Amino acid sequence: MGILDFLKRKPEPSAGVAKERLRIIVAQERSTRGGPDYLPLLRNELLEVIRKYVNVDVEAVNINLERDSGHEVLELSVALPDGKPAASAG
Amino acid sequence: MTEIIVVTSGKGGVGKTTTSASLATGLAMQGKKVAVIDFDVGLRNLDLIMGCERRVVYDFVNVVHGEATLKQALIKDKRHENLFVLAASQTRDKDALTQEGVEKVLDELTKENFDYVVCDSPAGIEKGAHLAMYFADHAVVVVNPEVSSVRDSDRILGLLASKTRRAEKGEAAIKQHLLLTRYNPNRVEAGEMLSVKDVEEILGISVVGVIPESENVLAASNAGVPVILDDDSNAGAAYKDTVARILGEERPLRFLEPVKKGFLKRVFGG
Repeated sequence: MGILDFLKRKPEPSAGVAKERLRIIVAQERSTRGGPDYLPLLRNELLEVIRKYVNVDVEAVNINLERDSGHEVLELSVALPDGKPAASAG
Repeated sequence: MTEIIVVTSGKGGVGKTTTSASLATGLAMQGKKVAVIDFDVGLRNLDLIMGCERRVVYDFVNVVHGEATLKQALIKDKRHENLFVLAASQTRDKDALTQEGVEKVLDELTKENFDYVVCDSPAGIEKGAHLAMYFADHAVVVVNPEVSSVRDSDRILGLLASKTRRAEKGEAAIKQHLLLTRYNPNRVEAGEMLSVKDVEEILGISVVGVIPESENVLAASNAGVPVILDDDSNAGAAYKDTVARILGEERPLRFLEPVKKGFLKRVFGG
């Protein structure tokens, strides 16, 4: 540390933040990689349909495509909001 | 057997062309017969880094379209007689390359007994980048210790594993080599930059080399001499190590320790 260094502002150590953000985004992008291109669209349309009946958030719909030996499983999970009964179709 | 190596990254400006030039030169220095091809149609630059920009008469696209023979278009390196450059077209657009055309040129290089063909990929994930990686046996993924570059290289690693000839034909996977460039050990020590270990952990593969950030890289490109030929620079030495590792030799990583400042610099900063 030089005697003139106090004139310069030291940047905050930020590599840890970068690593954490990358870890999360890379994991997320890998989980959707290799799936068919229609998955995001399917997710949106399903969300539209579900919203006709229940008011759910975008993040509440989770679509997962898993490959087992020889067959693929499309897994859909919807987290319904607490305590609110589903609105009747109409 | 001819081995095809793609140098790719996704993100632009991380050092693909610098790496292609040094890798091709390094392989030639080991006595291999090498061709290095610029796939960046419309934005030719490898010729400048290799220092042969004034000797380009015919280019890659001319060969693909049958307007010149491969022999006419290959530019012999001034320094190594077993090294050849195939320039990208500067006037055509990126659709001028086709998969069949690229395959034809690579087949011809195989018949001419080249040991290595280095394909310098354009940035992005579009046609030029796809064609540069499609026929590869090895991939050198160039990455900077910086968030957008790391994320893009993960995307490229995914494409290498799925959208290449080897992947489509179900053959043995492309051999992936991660090359970390513009590395600054002082900034890593200060916690300002991702470390080698951080990048390896995030991407899940180990590095084949680490090239320190160096003023000599700019000086080398200014002069049109691949930095691997600069015997005084750490970057050049790190590229030599990297080439040796790609050829199967085991060498420890160097230049990862912070450079201690001298007394005057410590007192007056800088």
